[in-house]
Order: sequence, then C-alpha cells, then structure tokens
Amino acid sequence: MDRASPVARFWSEFAESKTALIALIVVLLMIGLALAAPLVAPQDPYDLANLPLMDARRPPGYVGSSGYTHILGTDAQGRDLLSAILYGLRISLQMGLIAGAFAFSVGSALGITAAYLGGRWEAFIMRVIDLQLAFPAILLALVISALLGQGKAQLIAALAAAQYAYFARTAHGAAAAERGKDYVEAAFSTPLPAHRVIWRHILPNCLPPLIVVATVQVASAIALEATLSFLGVGLPVTEPSLGMLISNGFQYMLSGRYWISIYPGIALIILIVAINLVGDQIRDQVNPRLKR
Amino acid sequence: MLTHIIERILQALFVMLVMSALVFVGVYAIGNPIDVLIGPDVTQEIRQQTIAYYGLDRPLWEQYFTFLGRVLHGDFGRSFVFGMPVLELILSRLPATLELTLTAVIGAAAIGVPAGIYAGYKPDSFLSKLIMAISILGFSVPTFWIGLVLIIAFAVELQWLPAGGRGDTASLFGVQWSFLTLNGWTHLLLPALNLAFFKLALMTRLARAGTREVMLTDTVKFARAAGLSEWTVLRRHVLRLIAIPIVTVFGLEFASTLAFAVVTETIFSWPGIGKLIIDSITSLDRPVMVAYLMLVAFVFITINFLVDLTYVALDPRLRKGRA
Repeated sequence: MDRASPVARFWSEFAESKTALIALIVVLLMIGLALAAPLVAPQDPYDLANLPLMDARRPPGYVGSSGYTHILGTDAQGRDLLSAILYGLRISLQMGLIAGAFAFSVGSALGITAAYLGGRWEAFIMRVIDLQLAFPAILLALVISALLGQGKAQLIAALAAAQYAYFARTAHGAAAAERGKDYVEAAFSTPLPAHRVIWRHILPNCLPPLIVVATVQVASAIALEATLSFLGVGLPVTEPSLGMLISNGFQYMLSGRYWISIYPGIALIILIVAINLVGDQIRDQVNPRLKR
Repeated sequence: MLTHIIERILQALFVMLVMSALVFVGVYAIGNPIDVLIGPDVTQEIRQQTIAYYGLDRPLWEQYFTFLGRVLHGDFGRSFVFGMPVLELILSRLPATLELTLTAVIGAAAIGVPAGIYAGYKPDSFLSKLIMAISILGFSVPTFWIGLVLIIAFAVELQWLPAGGRGDTASLFGVQWSFLTLNGWTHLLLPALNLAFFKLALMTRLARAGTREVMLTDTVKFARAAGLSEWTVLRRHVLRLIAIPIVTVFGLEFASTLAFAVVTETIFSWPGIGKLIIDSITSLDRPVMVAYLMLVAFVFITINFLVDLTYVALDPRLRKGRA
C-alpha cells in the first residue's frame, strides 16, 4: 500500500466513500451521455423538419405521430424532451468545462505571478481580486454577459471573468506558502530560469487546492450559465442549454404542463449535486487538517 | 478608532469612484443607445437632436464627468424607457426589494442558526443529518429552480399561495409595503422562501461548524463545571462565540441577496429593482443600469464598513487593540 503511486493511493481513499464513488459514476455517465447525444438520443431535436406540431406539449408517455413513445413528453415545438435534455446537457457541460478551464488558467497564472513578484505588485493584484470577490459572481456574470451580448464565446468570457478570482486567491495562497520554502529558494539559487522554477516546482505543489476549487467552480459555472440563460441574457436560442429548456417551459408551467421545465431541471440538479459531492470528497482528502 | 473609521471612509470613497468609472465605461460599450430611443424611420434631423439632447455626441470622458457631476447632485439622468428620473424610478422600486430581501435574510438566520447549533450540538442524531442533507441541497440547487418548484407545488398544484405580484399593500412613511397586509404576506411568502433557501443552507453550515468547534473548548468545559444548564451554556457562551462569523455572513449575504433578488423577482414577477435591472439590460436602458450598479456597489461598500464596526462591538479584543 505504501509503495503505491500517489494517484493509486488517492484513488483507493476516494473509493472508500460510497457517496463520492456513486457521484463520480453519475458525473462520468452524464459526460458520456452528453458526448454520445447524437447516437443515443431517440430524435434529433434540432431537425425542424422532423417536428410535427401536433405532437407539441404532450405529457410523458405520449405516443407520437411517428409511433415513438415520448418517455418524458414533448415541448412547445413538439420536440422529444429526452432528446432535448441530452443535447442540452452537452451544451451545459461544454460551457461549464470551458469556462472553468479558462478561469483556472487565468486565475492560477495571476495568483502565482502575484506570489512570485511580491511587494507592491502582489498587494495591488490581490487587492483588486479581493474587491472583485466582494461582489457576487452572478451579478458580475449578468453585467458582463449583458455588455458582451449573446453567444457562446461571450458567455464563456462572462463566466470565466466572474470566476477567475476564486482560482487566483487560492493559487496565491498556496504559491505564497511554497515561495517561502527551502526547496524553492534552492531552485531559485540555481541558474534555472524563473519560469521553469514556477512551472516545474511551484505550480505542481499548488495543484491540490486548485483542483478542489475547480470542481466547485465547474458546478457553479453550470448553475450560473443555467441562471443566465433562464434570465434570457445567456446563450442565443439556437444553443439551447438545460437552463434555456427550463426557461422555455416556464411559461407553460402555470397551466399545469410541468414536465417541459421539470425534467431538464432534474437533469441539471443531478449533474450539479454529483459534481459537488465529488468535490467535497476531494476536498476532505486534500485538507491536511482532516487527515487521520 | 476614529482615525481607523476616517481611513475606511476615504478608502470606500475611492473604491466608489473607481467603480463609477468602470461601470460607466463598461455600460457605454453596450450597443448604441440611440437606436433604443428612436425608431429607425425618423429623420436624420430628429436623430441628431436626440443624440445632442442626451449628450451622446460628446467624447466619453466628457460624458463621464458630466455624469459624475450630476450624480453628486443626486441626478442619475432619465430612463430612456420610462422617461422619468432614474433615481425616482429606482426609489419607487426599492421598497419591494427591501422587504423581500429583509424577510428572506432574517428568516434564514432565524431558522438556520438554531438548526445549525442543534446539528453541531448533536451531530449524530437523525434530525441533524436531515438538516445537513437539506443544506447540501440548498447549496447546490440553483435559486431559479427552487423558485419554479415552489410555484408548481404551492401555487399550481396546492393553490395555497399566489404565484406572483405583490398583492395588497398598505402605506407606511408614505411608502407602500406588502408586509403590512395579510394578502401581502401571502404574496411575500413564496419569493422570500425562495430567496432564503441558499442563505438558510449557509447559516446552518456556519452555525454547525462553529458550534462543533466551540463545544470542544475549555470555555464550555468550565461553564459546565460551574453548574450552568446546557441551555445557558448554548445561549450565553456558544451563541456568543459563533456570532462573529455569522454577523459577517449576515451582512455580506444581505448585500448578495440584493443580487440574487434579480432571479427571484423575475420568476415571481415581484416589482423590485431586480426585475427593473433585467428589463433595463434587455432594453439597453443605460442610465438605469449605471444607477443600479452604483447603488449595489454603494450598498456593498457600506455593509462591509458596518460589518467591520460590528466586529469591534462584538469582540472586546479588537476594541482594546484598535483604540
């Protein structure tokens, strides 16, 4: 056991928690379904020629005009809801992961650079980041996406801009602690270029807390995207994420056609809760204060 | 202490100035407001007149300083869409948001803190586990989704409560409030619950973590040894020691609740400033956006400042150190 690689040790500890393991399986399953959406979805929800209007707003279990049973019902355009959810999952995950990756890179780079530079620059960068953190992410994302307009790239920019500060603060905390350690001093005293020391020595040691933040932030990016799309300032109608599916169904809900909103919402919540549970477990494992 | 306060006020003023510039330049970048003001078929002459009337032909920095000068006189300009002074517009919508957020935050604290203390006091009981499970849900599930579920459950299926609007209002200090009438309360309950859900989870977790830590300290051991009842120990010692992080979060959350009110107000068609800002973003009503953002920034900075002062009142150690 002791000789096992760090990854194997981490994994065996992770697998001890049943909840986390199930959550991880759920996350992977949903990523798999999202990737395979065109293959597994019973219908292509965006082939408009294929959508009979007489099938619109039918409850779950309705047998459509093509003889196919709509397990989760159909939406206002007669789309099979299950197919729409699978395609929506694709867009939601894509947004969350890409925005998370951007926020991760920009934030960590900024935080580690601040810790490396020290002095006035460090104080300035961190002050700006603290100021930004005082404002709720949803408001920032709302304003930025309103400024940039609708579109995938614009939304990713808005989400990343609202979230990079969390990575920056975490990276700065970790890097500042590493910066003072002897091995870093030793590495800097060799003729190695500074970027190599940062890249090969400081960054790897900052990764564990950053990975924890990343799981939480991907989940919250997905939730943020859904919220923005629900409010109508996120993605354009041609890119229906889960949030937009929920928003589209909202107007039919007061007349009792609950399924158009509810099922996409359940898919969204399962995804977010599962990612958060995986994140919780990783955090507990990375946190040295909770070590047995 | 006084120098500390003055220093903080100067800092806050500087931050407000920076915010006003950022907001102004940022909002200026959105589209061309003139297209919102006039139809595409008006003559070039009227178009030029309107541009000149709103000062949109001046350079950006000049517009900014004109704006800043007016703001200092309490003039945020006129809404492009409503055609009335922005300040008046926002103030007319503010009470609705204020009563909604206050009900939500106070409710969240009144339920969340006792629930959290209980969960920290008896961490292994079934009720504690249930409380924590609910709080994880409250953390993960997006606000707008909870709003939809509340509407389906209580407004559509059970038909106990209305799904939107403010209901009857009564006047107090010349302002209309929903919380003064019974009908108003039925309208207030669902949106406030929706808005409170996330805060409730947060308060519960904070109170639980704090209580678990404090219960292990010597303070509690000695208080028990002195023969105080468990109730007195919890109320007099535990609650007081966990109060500081809770007050901080209470303050900061009140401010962020203003932001989340955007979502709740949209779902429940609650006519507050959150709904106003969404409408003005979609209609590119620049003066309203600028004023709203400035207002939120102002509220945030003020609350941060007040939270700092409350620390000093709550923690005697800070009082001595800072004097």
